[in-house]
Amino acid sequence: MERMTSSGPVVRQPYGVAPPGGREPANLGDILERVLDRGVVIAGDIRVNLLDIELLTIKLRLLIASVDTARELGIDWWEHDPWLSGRDRELVEENRRLRRRLAAVEGPADLDE
Amino acid sequence: MSDSGTYLYAVASESVPVGAPGVAGTPVRTITRGGLVAYVSTVPLAEFGEEPLRHSLEDLDWLAETARAHHGVVDEVSRVPVAPVRLVTVYADDDQVAELLDRRGEEFLEVLSHVAGRREWGVKAYARQTPDPAESPMTGGDPGKPGTSYLRRRRESLRGREQARRLALARAEQIHATLSSEAVASCRHRAQDPHLSGREERMLLNGAYLVDEGRDEEFAALVGSLGGDGVDLRLTGPWAPYSFTVLEAG
Repeated sequence: MERMTSSGPVVRQPYGVAPPGGREPANLGDILERVLDRGVVIAGDIRVNLLDIELLTIKLRLLIASVDTARELGIDWWEHDPWLSGRDRELVEENRRLRRRLAAVEGPADLDE
Repeated sequence: MSDSGTYLYAVASESVPVGAPGVAGTPVRTITRGGLVAYVSTVPLAEFGEEPLRHSLEDLDWLAETARAHHGVVDEVSRVPVAPVRLVTVYADDDQVAELLDRRGEEFLEVLSHVAGRREWGVKAYARQTPDPAESPMTGGDPGKPGTSYLRRRRESLRGREQARRLALARAEQIHATLSSEAVASCRHRAQDPHLSGREERMLLNGAYLVDEGRDEEFAALVGSLGGDGVDLRLTGPWAPYSFTVLEAG
């Protein structure tokens, strides 16, 4: 088996100069997503196993928002920006009314769909 | 029934001294079996039993502290090929851990040989925020029709934002593909919420890349060459190979 050497000092920052691209220190999010969501999962003979996603609290889920879970939780900005999604019916309706009113006040314009 | 359990941090192929304290300030020790070394500590079940954990996992301060301690141990062990185990994996006693190493030894050795001599790097891409032209003071348009002019600007702005969003996502795909070609393996984590990333900008890419140790500098240089043009790239690491030791050991 291929092995890394275990002797000698460990070089944690291999570059003497600031690297291109910008290095940032590991934040809590980086650590949490790795220790909670990656690595070896052991099931079966384990005594305590709290690794299932349902055991992550809502608080934690809000912080580690994935595109999928964020959508469920209503914090997906792409989906929920009414200007982008155009799915908010009330807004669409209101928009239509305002355009009609605007056309009445300022005269017709090429703003209708 | 015992009032303590054996907390498992990681499995490695070699024994290295660990100076960092483990979770809840416990000392870290090793259990060796057939070419595998498990890094463990003895933890009180009053804190690490199933019921207490249900409550303490709700406590972000406790979680942060425990995650950092767990990561601290894994990070030290990552001097040698290591397979990190998920947070709060607690066994009844050392015998159970030894039995795991016996039973699943081959799979562990296989995973470890895959990550030997390689390190994980994290690359995050952020979209730089651009000002919304619709919010800027009115320019052009018919001064007699401020409402119509506003709607025009608003529409142009929306088109611009939608286009910018598509371009940014396509760019992230492209960056990930380029970095993956330089890596032995790669994967994408969930984009982090601004609360977690600590940055206002949208995260477009949260990638992890397993890179041969000798290629570290090339990889960093590649990351440096891919940023700019509305996208900020940030490199983290080296990490223990968390993202590349995913193994269901039943």
